[in-house]
Amino acid sequence: MYDFAYHKPSSVADAVKLLAADPDARPISGGQTLLPALKHRLNKPSSIVDLSGIAELKGIRREGDRLVIGALVKHHEVANSPEVKAAIPALAQMAGTIGDTQVRNRGTIGGSVANNDPAADYPAAVLGLGATVVTDKRRIAADDFFQGMFTTALEPGELLVAVEFPIPEKAGYAKMRNPASRYVMAGVFVARTKDGVRVAVNGAGPGVFRQAEMEQALAANWAPEAVAGVRQSPDGLNADIHGSAEYRAHLVTVMAKRAVASAG
Amino acid sequence: MPQVTLTVNGATHTVEVEGRTLLVELLREKLRLTGTHVGCDTSQCGACVVHVNGDSVKSCTLLALQADGAQITTIEGLARPDGTLHPMQEAFREYHALQCGFCTPGMVMSAIDLVQKHPGGLSEKEIREGLEGNLCRCTGYHNIVKAIAAAQDVMHGRRAELAPAAE
Repeated sequence: MYDFAYHKPSSVADAVKLLAADPDARPISGGQTLLPALKHRLNKPSSIVDLSGIAELKGIRREGDRLVIGALVKHHEVANSPEVKAAIPALAQMAGTIGDTQVRNRGTIGGSVANNDPAADYPAAVLGLGATVVTDKRRIAADDFFQGMFTTALEPGELLVAVEFPIPEKAGYAKMRNPASRYVMAGVFVARTKDGVRVAVNGAGPGVFRQAEMEQALAANWAPEAVAGVRQSPDGLNADIHGSAEYRAHLVTVMAKRAVASAG
Repeated sequence: MPQVTLTVNGATHTVEVEGRTLLVELLREKLRLTGTHVGCDTSQCGACVVHVNGDSVKSCTLLALQADGAQITTIEGLARPDGTLHPMQEAFREYHALQCGFCTPGMVMSAIDLVQKHPGGLSEKEIREGLEGNLCRCTGYHNIVKAIAAAQDVMHGRRAELAPAAE
């Protein structure tokens, strides 16, 4: 790992100032993705801005029909939060399956969403629930936020502050993990809200995406059988030593059925 | 150079580190607490697990500076000063839950966190799932799981002494 300067601001305003002053600065929260990337010398930040001392980025709170989760909230906190379990049990269940215990004790929702790894779990939940990403500058709808592999609508120096989830009537998540790496081969997050049905697919493609045919099928009939006949096209899906695009496409239908079944 | 102040096994240290210094490097190279191992150095294997403010974390994937002000417990901090082993260490010994021993410090630290977070007790399946972040390449998992199952009864006060391993 190359060396860097280290800053630990105590407010969002100070963090944004540090990031604006140095285009090669990178924010760190849990560091479970950034530190391995730095060890591989995949990038070389001149300074690291540690967000962990910023109180305004912490906490889970219910605001009317929305659940607001601060960027610094760790996966294990979401998995064990009574508020999350009561409002969106599928989200708590999902957070409890990210990585392993030690990763969940450090990794944060803000880091996972801002990183947008195609095999990460959170982007599926954020897109599937139609959440809103809140930054220091603006509010971004999930549909506009995720822009393909490791790419988001965040501008340089813009800081993700919180994620606001609308509370769904029903939601479920199912994934097939690679047996060795445990990364998602294909995952599906389904949600039925007062605004309609949403289906988000992660792991299978170069970025998280919505599955419109499954959304229509579930809007007509919220049942596992409704998606059983919907075939995901393999066009553009990932193909590697772990599985072909056709295999991942098949998994999408299987995971969609399981996700709906788990949502009840 | 920046300084970090942290409490390790009850003793407070202030150490000069680089920005890039990992917690495991501070523990092993500055404090000479070499019981915490580096296996994969890619946050997969769990040989480097220590407790930071009561939670198990992989110390190869945490900057030393991120642990400023933290309470750290390593494998060296488990036994009593008179040498009496922690019930989890005693269980690993009794159940022969190791072969080469390289993964053992991380296994023990993860296992203690797992048991402490589940006061109602853990099934065999839950123990196996809870060890997802720790790899044993001697594949000694069966005895590790048995040791943890036995240790939890002592840690939760359901047994005064460790159940002996079968002959």
